Amino acid sequence: MTTSSAILSRANSLRWELGENVHDSVMESIYSDAAYIADAVVHTEKKNARFDWDRFLDRILTGRWTGFPIMLLLLTAVFWITIEGANVPSSMIADFLLDNGHPFLKSLATDVGLPWWLSGLLLDGIYLAAAWVVSVMLPPMAIFFPVFTLLEDFGYLPRVAFNLDSLFRKAGAHGKQALTMSMGYGCNAAGIVATRIIDSPRERLIAVITNNFALCNGRWPTQILIATVFIGALAPAGLAGLLSASAVVAVALFGIALTFLTSWFLSRTVLRGESSTFNLELPPYRPPQIWRTLYTSLIDRTIFVLWRAVVFAVPAGAVIWLLSNIQAGDIPVAAHIINALHPIGLLIGLNGVILLAYIIAIPANEIVIPTILMLTVLSAKMVGYGAGAGVIFELEDTSAYMSVFNAGGWTLLTAVNLMLFSLVHNPCSTTIYTIYKETGSVKWTLVSSLLPVAMGIVLCFFNAQIWRLFGWAV
Amino acid sequence: MTTQTACETCPVHNVGNLTKLGVDLDKTDFVIALAGNPNTGKSTVFNALTGLRQHTGNWPGKTVTRAEGAFQYQDKRYKIVDLPGTYSLFSTSTDEEIARNFILFGQPDVTIIVVDATRLERNLNLVLQVLEITDRAIVCVNLVDEAERHRISIEDRLLSKKLGVPVILTAARQNRGIDQLLSAIHDVVTGAFVCQPYRIQGTSRSLERAIKELSDALVQRFPGLTNERWIALRLLDGDDQVVQAVQTGDLKSLSRVSNQQNSEVPA
Repeated sequence: MTTSSAILSRANSLRWELGENVHDSVMESIYSDAAYIADAVVHTEKKNARFDWDRFLDRILTGRWTGFPIMLLLLTAVFWITIEGANVPSSMIADFLLDNGHPFLKSLATDVGLPWWLSGLLLDGIYLAAAWVVSVMLPPMAIFFPVFTLLEDFGYLPRVAFNLDSLFRKAGAHGKQALTMSMGYGCNAAGIVATRIIDSPRERLIAVITNNFALCNGRWPTQILIATVFIGALAPAGLAGLLSASAVVAVALFGIALTFLTSWFLSRTVLRGESSTFNLELPPYRPPQIWRTLYTSLIDRTIFVLWRAVVFAVPAGAVIWLLSNIQAGDIPVAAHIINALHPIGLLIGLNGVILLAYIIAIPANEIVIPTILMLTVLSAKMVGYGAGAGVIFELEDTSAYMSVFNAGGWTLLTAVNLMLFSLVHNPCSTTIYTIYKETGSVKWTLVSSLLPVAMGIVLCFFNAQIWRLFGWAV
Repeated sequence: MTTQTACETCPVHNVGNLTKLGVDLDKTDFVIALAGNPNTGKSTVFNALTGLRQHTGNWPGKTVTRAEGAFQYQDKRYKIVDLPGTYSLFSTSTDEEIARNFILFGQPDVTIIVVDATRLERNLNLVLQVLEITDRAIVCVNLVDEAERHRISIEDRLLSKKLGVPVILTAARQNRGIDQLLSAIHDVVTGAFVCQPYRIQGTSRSLERAIKELSDALVQRFPGLTNERWIALRLLDGDDQVVQAVQTGDLKSLSRVSNQQNSEVPA
């Protein structure tokens, strides 16, 4: 009995002869052996009635009545700190890279005698796109990531998962989806990879498809900027920051609601099944290592994400400049596309510029706002902003943004729908590729990519109809 | 090669002999696998040894892929692989499968099992499973600083005697115990410490008989196999991947005979 198949068939018959569940009895032995060994080597001194911080914090942070309000408060506080703190450094960087750096480079280009199209493509297209991304993304990320990482290091994330677990279970999904969703707030591609912790393929697919509803860091700047310009303007100056932060939190919460709804829908239609049980370990709270956290979150996360954004902004800047400067007939190519998309855009409460920007920005959500601004100036033929066709520029304060948006025919509805569409649209190309690699299925990759766009269009359409019905917007 | 003073080669001077190589994985002499339950500080141990900055986070399930790094210690170059944290090795999810397959098929020269000192009993379940698969392991009882705060003490020598492998107490966040861990690694890969890993007991007599029969046949078919008992158990449990490894003969590569050829263990 030494051939492989003989061994295997003998194993099969032995399994029947044994008639006991081998897996269970082995597990039982492991557990009892482990208990026996641990009992001999572990000594616990009797605790004198010392105050137990872990128990106390858990009672509050995962309490039935206190868990959710504290979650909301923490989330709002994180965004408020980010919005308030990012203003000053953002304009300082813009001042340096755009207001001073760009004219300096332009004059340098004239001095060395670069042809207009080359200096246009390099400086007005590529340089400005990259510089814009840096100035709008670096400050919020340099604040948001360390604060978020401190919470993570402290041990708060598993408590969030604990709070959300029963909701996920009710939606027919896996409780660990709360963790993969949290990863998605950093980067959806990372969130997709994180779904490996979910055992059942059915629940893992649900987690993959709905991960896109977790706003990734490429989309936070869009949310923060639009909320600051449009929503913050509705409140008196002192409360503007708080109201903007609340608007961003509202969008993020709406994303969580959509995650539950979509999970519920999927688990009752195409991905039917029971949710599996699992153990979620609540780790002890640990004092965060503040300096280490600051260092690693700045170097590993902020710089990494920023670099990715710049890498994608460079070709996008070139494309925008080319589209705006190559004439077809008597107007630029970009204008043709915008005019064609405009009716569809208006129907769903957006406009042609936003739709074109979302097509150009498929590689990276980070460049949506720069692209929108640039294309708006181009199509509205504004004078005095930027420096000619296809130039991405920086605007010093919110009122300057507002006048560009007004010239583009924006209303409050456009802003709200842009925030919604930014939450509910196709994942970026990196995420789509990651979904394909993880699921190995073209079908589920297509579902994950197209379902959110369809949902976003329907959502924006209905929102626009409601606003128009009540006469809030035309 | 540089000449070293007596002081530098002395085992007490351990950390002085550590060169963190980061991701420079060229020409490594030995391969180390880093296993353990989720959230026990595997990535922190990994960072302490390699000088890399794998992102660490206080939540289970943070590492789902394999991270690799390298270091040099007493003239030997080591490649170290940070595996996803798992509670067991019965491969029900992708991350568990990654960890199990590496320990089983990746043939690490030593597997370090990182356990949480404050939750030793639960963590031992995984340790016992790993010790069934491999006979070269080290148990790294991490987070002893936290255990001290909770007034928990662990008798490392007794645990080592019971498990038959080196047991090192560490607090990787403060770099405590890393030097002892290094010399334990050195001892195991050079054969200075011969592991006699604990094997699961208390299974029923009929099961033991079945295991014995199958493992004897396995050793006959694949001479030099060291974890025949575990393979037999997995066959009885109907583990598809192990069944396949037996079918295709991939198991042959696991036997100690071929093992010795690609890792030069000094005599």
